[in-house]
Amino acid sequence: MSSDNKKVLFGPVVDNNPIALQVLGVCSALAVTSSMANALVMTIAVILVTAFSNLFISAIRNQIPSSVRIIVQMAIIASLVIVVDQVLKAFSYQLSKELSVFIGLIITNCIVMGRAEAFAMKEKPGISFLDGIGNGLGYGAVLMVVAFFRELFGFGTVFGIEVFKLVQNDGWYQGNGLLVLPFSSFFVIGLIIWAIRQWKPEQVEED
Amino acid sequence: MEHYLSIFIKTIFIENMALSFFLGMCTFLAVSKKVSTAIGLGVAVVVVLGLAVPANQVIYQAILAPGALDGIMGITDPANSIDLSFLSFITFIGVIAALVQILEMILDKYFPALYQALGIFLPLITVNCAIFGAVSFMVAKNLTLGESVVYGIGSGVGWMLAIVLMAGLREKMKYSDVPAGLKGLGITFITAGLMAFGFLSFGGISL
Repeated sequence: MSSDNKKVLFGPVVDNNPIALQVLGVCSALAVTSSMANALVMTIAVILVTAFSNLFISAIRNQIPSSVRIIVQMAIIASLVIVVDQVLKAFSYQLSKELSVFIGLIITNCIVMGRAEAFAMKEKPGISFLDGIGNGLGYGAVLMVVAFFRELFGFGTVFGIEVFKLVQNDGWYQGNGLLVLPFSSFFVIGLIIWAIRQWKPEQVEED
Repeated sequence: MEHYLSIFIKTIFIENMALSFFLGMCTFLAVSKKVSTAIGLGVAVVVVLGLAVPANQVIYQAILAPGALDGIMGITDPANSIDLSFLSFITFIGVIAALVQILEMILDKYFPALYQALGIFLPLITVNCAIFGAVSFMVAKNLTLGESVVYGIGSGVGWMLAIVLMAGLREKMKYSDVPAGLKGLGITFITAGLMAFGFLSFGGISL
């Protein structure tokens, strides 16, 4: 793999993370991170939608008139999300109930739109596809880290497997009630951003 | 009347779009640096939500809901019943995009002053997940037309309240000494988390 492709694919994971640096796609990051299984499904869905919407939009980028490009992008993204939603309903109805409106909200997830507008409209299909996967991975990385902390310290489990034995089950660990509540992901993401910026000081904002 | 009033209060405080469901977070975090712009964006969101939720309610119930077209098509056998609900995502986003476009034209022609004030924010609203989220919740909650008007306006007012409060806090925060790595996005996330914590206390109100 050439170094350019590698940069496009893995750059968004830390150096240019969509959530931590570009402030894109935060909505769903907060609501679906109560368990790692949910976060994983959401990550896969977002990677697929971002990658394929980038691919298709890039393939027809020279045919799209710029005045109606938002509508065209929306139509492509919405169709892809419908496919994901229908597949999920068919094969994992329980999960699709738990994620409820958040699968539909991938349509308005700014990562998908943002990459379509900023990358796919200018670049060739192959590299756009990689960029889509990369940004999906960057989004997914934050999602998985948040979900890991919330599930481990909130319920004492990882992917539903018991790690800390809870007091309720004659164990020693008292679950942290705060991390069970959805808004705790604000704190976790805030602290992750702090950690990334300590590590890479060039990302610090001036005011 | 009392029923509508209770929906209104509930959508503003207990089920606040921004702080309980974390919808519209991208714009909530990115456009909350100044109170005046926050108010402008908030008003635009209230107007678009007040129109988009009822409009989509009518379209969903008349065309997309399972069995809605049976009467017109003369289908009596339940086995042949038409279910277009899988088209709902793409329809909703199309209706929202069209409404925003029409609103932009009307404002441009009849209220140029307001158009100047809102100008940049209007197109942004199409991809604001608060709009799409409210429409999805409207379907999930099975609201009637009257309820959906109240629900749309109420959730818009709730979102506006949240972003204006956030902007007020951030204006004051300029004078605080925040650790370098937390400046900007990091501290905003944590502030939003604390605000959501506060709004959680409304959850105890029963209407």
